[in-house]
Amino acid sequence: MKATRVRATVVGTVAVLLSIVVFLVPFAFIFLTASKTAAESSSLAFSWPQEWAFWDNLVAVLSVRDGIVIRAFVNSTILTVGSIALMVVFAAMVGYVLQRKTTRWNPVVNFFVLAGLIVPPAVVPTIWVLQGLELFKTIPGMILINATFGLSFCILLFRAFVSTIPRELDEAAIIDGAGSLRLFFRVVLPLLKPVVITVIVVQAVAVFNDFTGPLYFLPGDENATVQLTLYNFQSQTLSQWNLLFMDILLITIPPLVMYIFFNRQIVAGMTSGAVKG
Amino acid sequence: MTSTTTAAVPPVAVTGDPARTPKKRGKGGIASAYPTWFYLPAAALYIVFFAVPTFASFYFSLTRWSLFDIEFIGFANFVQFFSEAQLLQGFLNTFAYGFMTSALKVILGLALALLLTSQIIARGYLRSVVFFPVLVSTIGIGITFKVLLDPFGGLVNESLAAIGITGPGWLTDPQWALFSVALIDVWKGVGIACLIYIAGIVAIPTEYFEAAKVDGASAWKSFRSITLPLVRPATATVVILSLIGGLRSFELIWATTRGGPGFTSDVIASVIYKQYQAGFYGLSTAGNVVLFLVVTAIMIPISFLLNRKQVDA
Repeated sequence: MKATRVRATVVGTVAVLLSIVVFLVPFAFIFLTASKTAAESSSLAFSWPQEWAFWDNLVAVLSVRDGIVIRAFVNSTILTVGSIALMVVFAAMVGYVLQRKTTRWNPVVNFFVLAGLIVPPAVVPTIWVLQGLELFKTIPGMILINATFGLSFCILLFRAFVSTIPRELDEAAIIDGAGSLRLFFRVVLPLLKPVVITVIVVQAVAVFNDFTGPLYFLPGDENATVQLTLYNFQSQTLSQWNLLFMDILLITIPPLVMYIFFNRQIVAGMTSGAVKG
Repeated sequence: MTSTTTAAVPPVAVTGDPARTPKKRGKGGIASAYPTWFYLPAAALYIVFFAVPTFASFYFSLTRWSLFDIEFIGFANFVQFFSEAQLLQGFLNTFAYGFMTSALKVILGLALALLLTSQIIARGYLRSVVFFPVLVSTIGIGITFKVLLDPFGGLVNESLAAIGITGPGWLTDPQWALFSVALIDVWKGVGIACLIYIAGIVAIPTEYFEAAKVDGASAWKSFRSITLPLVRPATATVVILSLIGGLRSFELIWATTRGGPGFTSDVIASVIYKQYQAGFYGLSTAGNVVLFLVVTAIMIPISFLLNRKQVDA
C-alpha cells in the first residue's frame, strides 16, 4: 500500500513538472512578453521583465487605431451571441423532431447532418451566395454562416439528449391541451437546459475563436473580429511584440473564464458529441 | 398552423383518446405533435449557405472565374492543380499532415489518458492543463509558437543549445516546417483526444482488471487484452475527429508558416486561400472540390471500417 502511494507521488510529480514545461511555459511566455517594454520584448527571450509595462501595454493595445480592439470585441460578442441564439433554437427543433418522429425522411436528414459535419464549406461559392443576398461583409451574413456551419454538431447533441426525455411527458402535455409549439417551447426545451448550456459554451468558444470565417466572409476593418485584429497586428506591428502578445492575452481571457465556470459542460459537450458523431 | 393544432387538441383530450387526432401520420396520431416544419428554419439556412454553395462549387470549379467575368473551361483547373508542382505539393502535404496529426493524437492521447486515470497525485490539475489549449485561439497559439520556435533566440532552440543540441530551424527549414506545424497542432489538440480516451477507459468495468490481476496478468498484458480492445469506440472517435480536422486544417498553418518556406508546408486549404487572394476564383474553387473529394474519399471507408469493428466487439 505504501509502495503505491510513493509511486503515485513520484509519477504525479514528474507529470506535473513535465506539464509545466510543455503546457504552462508557453502561456507564461505570453504573459511575460505582454508585460515588457517594446525594446525588451523584441529580444523574444523567456525572461522576467526588467521593467513592468503591463498597464501601459494594455492601454496601448486598446487605443491603437482608434480602439479597433475594443470594437473587435464588441463585434465578436455580437457575432457569438447572434450565431448561438439561432443555432440553439433551430438545432433543438430539428434534433427534437428527428428523435421523436420516425418517417422515411429520417435517413435523409441524418445523411445531411453528417455531411454538414464532414464536408468542407466551398469558400468562393459561399461568398457568391452572400453577395447575391447582399450579406457579404456584413455582421448578419456572418451570423447566418456561423449558425449554418454549427448546426450539424448541435443537432447531434440535441438528438442524443432528447432521447433521454420520456415520451410520456409529451403525451401528458398533449392531453392537457398543449399544441405542438407550446409542447416544444414550454415543456421540452426547458428540459433540454443541460444540453443547451453545453451547446452554448462549446459553440461560444468555437465562434469566438473562429478565424477562417471572418477572414473570408467578413473582411475589412469596420467589422473586424478579435481574431482578425490579432492577424493584422502580426503583419503591421512587427516591432511591437509586447502589444501583439497583450492582444493574445486579451483574447485568451474569455475562453479561460468560460473554462473556469463551465468546465464540466465543455468537457461533456466535446466528448459526448464526439462519440455520437 | 399552430392555432389550428392547438384548437384541435382539447376535444381529443376530453374523449381521452390521444391516439386519434385528425392528422394521422407515422406512428399514430401523436406524430402530429412533432410538426415536420420544425425542420424548415434549419433546412433553409443549410440549403442557402451550405448546400447551394457546395453544389455550385462543382460548376465553378470548371470555370475561369475572376471578379469581372466567368468562362467555362472544362477540367483545366484540375489539370493545373495536379500538374503545377506547388499545388501538387499542397495536395500531398494534406495527407501527410492529416495522418501525422491523427496518429500522434491517438498515441499521445491514449498514453495521457492511461496516465490520468491511474493512481497519481494532481490528476485534476493535469487534466485541466492538458485540455486548456483546445480552447485557446489557434492564431494566438500559432503566433506564440512561431516566436518560441524561432531559430535565432527562440526559447526552444536556446534551451536545446543549453544542453548541447543544435535545434533545427523548426518553421523555417523546408524539411521541418510541415512536421513542426503538425507538432503544434498535436500540442493544441491532444487534450480532446485524451478526454475522449478517459471517457472510454472509465467506462470499462473494474472487475475485468481485478479478474486479470487475480489470474496474474501483468500491467502490459491487461492493457493489451482489456483496455486496448475496449477503447476501440474511443479510438474510432479520435481518428475520425482528428482526420476531419487535420485534412481541413488551415488556421494554424497560416498563422505559423503561411505555407512556406516556399510551398513546403502548403496544404489544400491554404492553396484555396492563396488562389482566392490572387483572384483565381475558379482555381480556388477547384481546390475546394479536390478537398471535398479527399475528405469524403478518406472519411467514408475509415468510418465504415471503424464502426463495423465497433459492432463486432
